[in-house]
Amino acid sequence: MTLIILLGISFLSAIALAFAGDRKFAPEINIFGSLATFLAGIALAVQVYMQGPMLAGNNFFFVDAFNVYLAVLTSFVSMTTAIFSRRYMRREREHGRIGHWGMRFYHAMFQLFIFAMLLALLTNNLGILWIAMELATLSTVLLVSLYRTPTAIEAAWKYFILCGVGIAIALFGTVLLYFAAEQVLGEGGEALLWTNLNQVKDKLEPRVLSLSFVFLVVGYGTKVGLVPLHNWLPDAHSEGPTPISAVLSGLLLNIALYALVRCKVLVDGATGTHQAGYIMMGFGLLSILVAAFSLLRQKDIKRMFAYSSIEHMGIATFAFGLGGPIATFGALLHMLVHSLTKSAIFFTVGHASQMHGTQEMDKIRGLIRGNPLVGWGLIFGVIAIVGMPPFGIFTSEFLILTATIKDVPLLTPLLLIGLGVAFAALFRRVQPMIAGEIPPNQQFLKVAHVPVILHMVLVLIIGLYMPNFLAEWFSTAVGLLK
Amino acid sequence: MKTYPLITEILQIVAVLILAPIFIGWIRMVKCWLQGRTSAGLFQPLRDIIKLFYKEVVLAENASWIFRFTPYLVFGVSVLAAAIIPILSTDLSLALTADAIVLVALFAIARFFTALAGMDIGTAFGGMGSSREMMIASLSEPAMLMAIFTVSLVAQSTSLAQIALVIGHGPFILRPSLAFALLAFVLIAIAENGRIPVDNPATHLELTMIHEAMILEYSGRHLALIEWASMMKLFLFASLGIVAFFPWGIGEGSLKDIPIAFVLLIAKLFIAGIVLVLIETGLAKMRIFRVPEFLGSAFLFATLGMLSYFILE
Amino acid sequence: MTTSLAAQINSVLAALILLTAFGLLVQRRIYGLLHLFAWQGLFLSISTALVGYAAGSHHLYISSILTLALKVILLPYILHALIVRLQIRKEIEAVVNVPTTMLIGIALVIFSYHLTAPIMELSTLVTRSTLAVALATVMLGLLMMITRRHAVTQIIGFLALENGLFFAATSATYGMPLVVELGVALDILIAAFVFGIFFFQIRTTFESLDVNQMAKLKEED
Repeated sequence: MTLIILLGISFLSAIALAFAGDRKFAPEINIFGSLATFLAGIALAVQVYMQGPMLAGNNFFFVDAFNVYLAVLTSFVSMTTAIFSRRYMRREREHGRIGHWGMRFYHAMFQLFIFAMLLALLTNNLGILWIAMELATLSTVLLVSLYRTPTAIEAAWKYFILCGVGIAIALFGTVLLYFAAEQVLGEGGEALLWTNLNQVKDKLEPRVLSLSFVFLVVGYGTKVGLVPLHNWLPDAHSEGPTPISAVLSGLLLNIALYALVRCKVLVDGATGTHQAGYIMMGFGLLSILVAAFSLLRQKDIKRMFAYSSIEHMGIATFAFGLGGPIATFGALLHMLVHSLTKSAIFFTVGHASQMHGTQEMDKIRGLIRGNPLVGWGLIFGVIAIVGMPPFGIFTSEFLILTATIKDVPLLTPLLLIGLGVAFAALFRRVQPMIAGEIPPNQQFLKVAHVPVILHMVLVLIIGLYMPNFLAEWFSTAVGLLK
Repeated sequence: MKTYPLITEILQIVAVLILAPIFIGWIRMVKCWLQGRTSAGLFQPLRDIIKLFYKEVVLAENASWIFRFTPYLVFGVSVLAAAIIPILSTDLSLALTADAIVLVALFAIARFFTALAGMDIGTAFGGMGSSREMMIASLSEPAMLMAIFTVSLVAQSTSLAQIALVIGHGPFILRPSLAFALLAFVLIAIAENGRIPVDNPATHLELTMIHEAMILEYSGRHLALIEWASMMKLFLFASLGIVAFFPWGIGEGSLKDIPIAFVLLIAKLFIAGIVLVLIETGLAKMRIFRVPEFLGSAFLFATLGMLSYFILE
Repeated sequence: MTTSLAAQINSVLAALILLTAFGLLVQRRIYGLLHLFAWQGLFLSISTALVGYAAGSHHLYISSILTLALKVILLPYILHALIVRLQIRKEIEAVVNVPTTMLIGIALVIFSYHLTAPIMELSTLVTRSTLAVALATVMLGLLMMITRRHAVTQIIGFLALENGLFFAATSATYGMPLVVELGVALDILIAAFVFGIFFFQIRTTFESLDVNQMAKLKEED
């Protein structure tokens, strides 16, 4: 029941917002819808925490420790983004960057996007998972091109084509998976249910599954933004509206990684080898290194943080590929804290670029004097994202590094180089932006305080002291992903 | 030694020699009807050849022995090819001496010498025709071999008699590979014989001609032989298509089969002529630079045929 | 109709689908592309219905009708209407190097065959041999999206790729579960609206639908 409410709210708000259009109260509906979704998510999480994993809706939905935390995270970040976008989008509207239809579109598609992601997380059917992933792509494509500038359209087209192709390849992988499942489970919809597959995973034909995993990793990997399939990601992040960049980075990449990990569990069970893990480690490490060095050359602020997202998704993918309790625990935690931190950074970045009317880093200066929240928010966000204590990312990266040193010590230097270069690149760029005098092109701006502070405090809390229930949760999830 | 293979052999060669000009006559007739003209009759090409034999040969001053030797060689090669394709019967005395690949080589020899003769005189047209002809050949021969390989994969043999037997007697199966090979073969046959849309056999328009440009300097009996050989070539391509794709009714080692085989051959050629005319009337001649694409698609079809043999059958 | 005859007809249809995939790869004229795409959808639809009949899985009929309605009628119609509205009827794109593209295409077919060979051994379905063709169609659609530089052509490539996926589902497993097929069809429909809007946006911003103009976003050095 909670599930239906959880999914229903975002879907209904999408419809309501499509009708509300550009009216004054549309942002408020958006916020309330997201808030209600978040509350329903909490309720679901409590239920799962108390009663353990559950199946619902004729085995159509499946909730366990792994996806419920992502569902709560998704609804939470979407709520804070809705709060942030109220001020942000109002200003964009006033400055004429988007019109009447743009606003209607933005709000409706935002909620539809949330719906698609929640559906992808909660469904038990791997086919539906694919459909929801495609829906998530389609609902954001036109949001990326919302400003209608030539570069925005180019970015959106790239996003559409690359992710469309990627996701189509993932469907081929799903077909192969179904083929293998059918031989064990028989024909019909039951054979695509993850819970059923998980029970018989050691009986599935290993050759088919390893082939299918190659397709799945290329397909969903495109959406995760793994190098060399990452081309769409920096463009889509830099050209779309900032709230969309925040949810793309913070949520969509996570969901795609979630889909990949779900499939990896099955493949590992069938093959009995670590082959799938090696593939993921390879992609992950490549992403870390390429993204870290790309960070050095960026001029556009949103583009730079998009590369940082690639780097962090690479870390999480690498850790999931590594396997083992410590690395998996670290990866789960990393998905959580990266999502919170990166969306907070995008909130501050969005305000900073609005204040200066540009996304070029050379023209953004004196943020702390201009607006303390934006300045301090950005610097703390960057401290957190590069993995400095006491923030949560330090914990997760520390765990992952420990596991790497233990299991594959030879790869440790590569990982450290990636982290180090990213650290240097980000600090070199961010420091001049926050310090110094207020430049003439800076304007005063009313900013949304709540989201940034909320996110940063949460990341700080997780870094200092991990709540008991969270640790327990992750341990259960680690058990599931063995 | 049994006598009937020898008899069928002789019968077949005679049949090819006479039927080839008539086949061309038939094609021209159908074309005339389709274009609303009065035709010159079925036997006009035959009459043309006979007329040319009575004419005097005019040789260029600087023509070498190659120029004089080529018509006889081309004609001889064509007769040899006519002897090894099982047109009337699969039981020919020469059928076992050569297979489909040799056949391709025989046509290549004829073409090689025609191209040499075209350049031998030293006129601009001859050279241009030769160079174009070789360009087409370099593209069509791989496609031709690919199509032959596909058919011989199905028949498990490159021997033409064997192909005709296997395909004619096996159970009826829908084979995409053969359909692709047939498509490729038709395209190649059009290109090799200089038909529309690759070349226009009826024109002497300077810029477009290919085959005609090479033999522009020939006259008298030399021209008669070359013309006759090229008619036989078209005829042989048609019968090659019949052997490989529609071999039903070809005789098998007894003289009684020959009349039926003969009648069926006439009927099949009758249809083949109509199909060829329909293709020629439906298409416009393409620019010479598009010919590589045309033959490229022939190669593609042949390769797809071979692949679909492995994949689908 | 016996199973073996059905399998033969299905092979012929598979060959035709492959042929249309190659045709799409090298066709220059935009209407020609549209016709080829509709034909491909028709072959796919017939093949799906045939497999449904031969295997007795009746949900494939629905999938077949869905393909017919969507891929043969609706999408070509939408694309046609867009082409008329955007007045790009006469845009002919320069296709680079047809023979090379064809050779790459042939290589992709061989690669697909090689890739799916182990799966064919495992399968017991009559349609198993067409899986390689399905994968090849997917790959050729991909190749088309890479080599062609016109927005409409790229979309047709994408849809042809999707045809290949449907075909793969039919030939490997007698179709995905019905709910999944319906969902995929819905996604394609939404995608059709998205690219429709896109064509207008690209047209108004760039004046033409040649995507070569969209090359501003690059890494600066």
